[in-house]
Amino acid sequence: MALPPPPPQFVLRGTQSAVNSLHFSCRSQAQSPPLLFSGSLSGLVHVWNLHTRRVDATLDGHGGQSVYWVKTLGDQRLLLSQGRDLKLCLWDLAEGRRAPVDSLSLDSVGFCQGSVLRGGAQECWLLAVPGRGTEEVQVLDMPSKTSVCTLKPEAGAKAGMPMCLELWQPASSSHPLLLAGYEDGSVILWNVSERRMLSRLSCHKEPVMSLDFDSRKAKGVSGSSEKALCVWGLDEQQNLKVCRTQELTNPGIADVVIRPDGKILATAGWDHRIRLFGWKQLKPLAVLDYHSAAVHCVAFSDPGQPREQLLAGGSKDQRISVWSVYNQS
Amino acid sequence: MECWVTGWRNTDSGGPILYGEMKKTRLRLGFQGAKQSGVASNREWMVSALKENTMDSELSQVRHTMQEALQTLSSSSDGVQISEALRSVKHYLNGLQNIVPPREREECSKIHFSTFLQCLVNKLSPDWLELLPAGQLEELWDSFFLESPADQAFLVLMESIIVTAGPSFRLMKMSQVLTKFLKRGRLVELMWEICQQQVPRGSSLLQETLLSKVVCLPDHLGNRMKEHCPSLFFPQNYFPLLGEEMIQVLQKISDSLRGGSDCSISFLSQILAKVCIHGRQKEILGVLVPRLTELTQADCIWQRLSWRLMECVPDRGMEAVVSGLLQEAPGAKVLSQLLGNLVMKNKKAQFVVTRKCLLMQYRYPTEMLQNLLGYLALDSHRRTLLLQVLKDLLETWGSRSAIKHSPVEQQLYISKALLICLSHLKEAEIEHIREELLTTMMGGVQCHIESSLPQVRHLGMIVAETISSRIHSEGPKLKFQYEENTWTRELLSLVNVKPADSGPPASGSPIVPAPTAQPASLSPEGKAPQEEEREKGSDSDLDSDDEFVPYDMTRDKELKNTKAPVYIRDCLEALTSSEDVERWEVTLQVLESLIQRNPAATREVSTELAKVLLHLEEKTSMEGFEMLRRRALVAVTIIDPVQVAQYLTSQFYAMNYSLRQRMDILDVLILAAQELSSPKSLEKAKIPGPVEAGIQLSPAPLSPSLSRVPSEDWRRIVEERIKNKTRRFAKGPSRVNTANEPNKLNSVVGYFFFPLIQRFDRPLVTFDLLGEDSLVLGRLVHTVGILMYFAINTTAAVPMGKALLEFVWALRFHTDAYVRQGLLYAISSILLSVPAERLLEDMTEELLETRSWLAAVAENDPDEDCRKLAMQALLLMEKLKDKLQIGSS
Repeated sequence: MALPPPPPQFVLRGTQSAVNSLHFSCRSQAQSPPLLFSGSLSGLVHVWNLHTRRVDATLDGHGGQSVYWVKTLGDQRLLLSQGRDLKLCLWDLAEGRRAPVDSLSLDSVGFCQGSVLRGGAQECWLLAVPGRGTEEVQVLDMPSKTSVCTLKPEAGAKAGMPMCLELWQPASSSHPLLLAGYEDGSVILWNVSERRMLSRLSCHKEPVMSLDFDSRKAKGVSGSSEKALCVWGLDEQQNLKVCRTQELTNPGIADVVIRPDGKILATAGWDHRIRLFGWKQLKPLAVLDYHSAAVHCVAFSDPGQPREQLLAGGSKDQRISVWSVYNQS
Repeated sequence: MECWVTGWRNTDSGGPILYGEMKKTRLRLGFQGAKQSGVASNREWMVSALKENTMDSELSQVRHTMQEALQTLSSSSDGVQISEALRSVKHYLNGLQNIVPPREREECSKIHFSTFLQCLVNKLSPDWLELLPAGQLEELWDSFFLESPADQAFLVLMESIIVTAGPSFRLMKMSQVLTKFLKRGRLVELMWEICQQQVPRGSSLLQETLLSKVVCLPDHLGNRMKEHCPSLFFPQNYFPLLGEEMIQVLQKISDSLRGGSDCSISFLSQILAKVCIHGRQKEILGVLVPRLTELTQADCIWQRLSWRLMECVPDRGMEAVVSGLLQEAPGAKVLSQLLGNLVMKNKKAQFVVTRKCLLMQYRYPTEMLQNLLGYLALDSHRRTLLLQVLKDLLETWGSRSAIKHSPVEQQLYISKALLICLSHLKEAEIEHIREELLTTMMGGVQCHIESSLPQVRHLGMIVAETISSRIHSEGPKLKFQYEENTWTRELLSLVNVKPADSGPPASGSPIVPAPTAQPASLSPEGKAPQEEEREKGSDSDLDSDDEFVPYDMTRDKELKNTKAPVYIRDCLEALTSSEDVERWEVTLQVLESLIQRNPAATREVSTELAKVLLHLEEKTSMEGFEMLRRRALVAVTIIDPVQVAQYLTSQFYAMNYSLRQRMDILDVLILAAQELSSPKSLEKAKIPGPVEAGIQLSPAPLSPSLSRVPSEDWRRIVEERIKNKTRRFAKGPSRVNTANEPNKLNSVVGYFFFPLIQRFDRPLVTFDLLGEDSLVLGRLVHTVGILMYFAINTTAAVPMGKALLEFVWALRFHTDAYVRQGLLYAISSILLSVPAERLLEDMTEELLETRSWLAAVAENDPDEDCRKLAMQALLLMEKLKDKLQIGSS
């Protein structure tokens, strides 16, 4: 008889609105505690101290418009947040500061989260965001904010809006690649420096809601509003191929995340549940049933201290559940 | 001469038992018969011997010697003289045969010897034996019995042992001699002697006597010697010995047949038959069957011998022998080897095999059935019998009255035989009787399915499935749904036995082939690993996620979006008029807890709610619909017992309900009564699951409290464990913390009970309890029994008990076993629930009548459960009596 799934380790309340995005920052210097950033529907970014389990700071920079992406850059001090006010803010939180140091105007009104890729140089990184045109993705060089390129499927592709982006760099080459999930359910692999489409895979019938990619195994996973997860791989010729699909009980995946150690996959479901799968064979491991409304996002803490690896889920029910599962090894 | 006669007279007190019989026989058989009947007719012989004086002068010398010896024996007390006399007689024994002419020897052994031996026995005493020193006399004495003709010596010994009263020196001595006699294998001589005689078949009296003495030896010895009986004479030792000796005789017979001379085997057959009739099949056949199997393996003379041995078995022993063989033989092949075509030659054997063992008895194990039918199937001549057997079995299987009146065990037995029979039949043979099979099967399966006993229904289903699959090997087949249990599995395993398997199994125990009857359920599991393999193969990395152990995911169900109603009235509306299936389902799921939380609101609409629930139909294939509906109904009944119980009981006898609904009403009443009568019910506010299962599935829960144990009484069990491991130092009576509450059923049980038994004898157009709806009647009887049980300690118990006794009395001869079981259960609960004094004061008459009925049922009922229940009720009555006696004294 299998054990019943564990309850959450703790629950963070107090965002006062639905949680859209979560991001851990635990690879900390000795003096600062592990942090969890959350972006909420009310436009606030909360900085949670995981030791005290209280809000350390509340950042208000999007004028009350929903924040749907938060991400730190490098260390705990630099934070990116993307909001529905068509702004992408860069925060420097060092020494207790609470004000954005820089912001970037965006042209898209969609829900597509951005993606960043740190370049070779310390202060230089690439940012991918949805572009001005409906089907476009814009890649910028930061912090100079100069446009590197605009990626657009050819005229007859009818891919629809980009829904999710993932920038990555294969170990073998220096050319950054971009994976983008589109409204028509296809995933397209772009070569950013050559600005051309490398491969296109129609793996869903509904819009791709979220994708994640494991560059070590050259395998990725995508979730849509359907009842299935799709795992696809990249072969030597840079072609995307479906490896397998995993049926789910209820339709709707808001977010998929592969744990940084490449062992576990977590999904945020519209059915209020967080599901865990083994990443290698997609063996269903657990169904974490705590939330009373759709789960919008899941996040794993950074690797480092394996025993303290955490999983967080943010939901429409305004709560963030933090779980400690499968972190014994 | 005078003293010789008196000498004889002296021993006459213990008289030869066959005396009267002998006289008659002598009239019939003439002198010859009297001579052969040996010691039994001593006195007769004496008279005739006197007459015979003139007959032959050559023999007079023999006679003279014998008479002299006898005289010396009886009168003399001089050891030397006696031993001389004995030695002179011994001349005529086998030891000195060349001196004595054969004719005289024969005369001696045939006529005089038994008298002489008898006389020897009479003289036996410690003093007499000591007349000569060093046991010389004893040795001589023994030698007469061990060397003289075996039949005479054996008969004299047995006769004398039988007439000797009580343990004595003589008895001990004789039993010692008999032991030596047996150990020297003289029985072989005895039997061989008779087999050689070319006497006509008609069993002569001597043979008859010998036969009975040989077979009854353990009985006689045991009767006389009581606990001093040597272990050689125990049946379990003697009969195997006898078997060995029979084999030796057979060996001699076979040798002599090979030598070209004829022998009669009928005496051996008679012994075999008699032993088997005495119920010692296991002992004797346990030796005979393996040896004969070995010997008949390749030798046709032995085979003939064995067949002949069986054929010569007299008719009255045939059944015992054949049924013993059927049980002892390790397989059909062996059986065929030993019996040959006995069933075709012997009417009696045919009757035993084809009718008696199959249709009239049911005590034999399945292996025996397999042996029997396998034996019939092995030979082309016997296959006609197999077909006949199949028809007979089918007829019995399909007969309505057999189903109704014969015990379930017998029906199981017949079904097994049918299945084995079918597995032996070939396609071509089935072709001929297809139509016949089909019609009988259709009739039979209907009768079976109508039965109210689940086992009988299962039997019908399995047999019908098998027959239909044999009739149409390609076409559509019958497929029933039934639970799988040891019963059905055993039956199904019989279906797949190939006729080739009917030989003796290699190991001792027969190997039951693995049931292949659930391929449908097996295949998904069987396929799963292959699929996994395939998936693994296609995957680039072969490592798996096994390092993580999955958590329980059974609660991962599809999400419903509809809001559950919060008010009882909303539920009513949702259940009656809502088109929204999801809302309907959600309503049903929350209804029970809603009812329990809002008793006041529920009471306002209780009857209406009960009505809606009772008429509720399963709109979608919802999981657990029946259970949810029943729980809700039970909850309503508990909240408002009077109104709802009145409504439900009135509806039980109303028009236009299905049997299912009527039985639901009964279930709900039981569960509600249970809940009301058990203390703490409202705190728990939940109906334990297993109870419903118990009441729902098992036809007669012996005691409802039994089935409650696992779920409800865990707390009690835990407390008991704590108590066992706790030491208490306080004095005085221990405080008991049981929750004592008044039985809530007290005020309302009448509303549950009385309306149910009011109208059972008034049939409606669609509902006839006393007619064909006996299943519902059975449930009704069980229900009132259970209600009676729950009414313990209530004021209504006495009138209820009285009414119930009358109700039971009216139905006591019902033909359906299920109904009778219910009645017996009801009696038991009356005895438990009604206070003893009231029972005896108010219902003495009824009780006495019931008691005699119970005794009759316990004795005669064909159904085993009924007999058990009746016994239980009788025991309860006895206890009641004891309790009263203690109380009054």
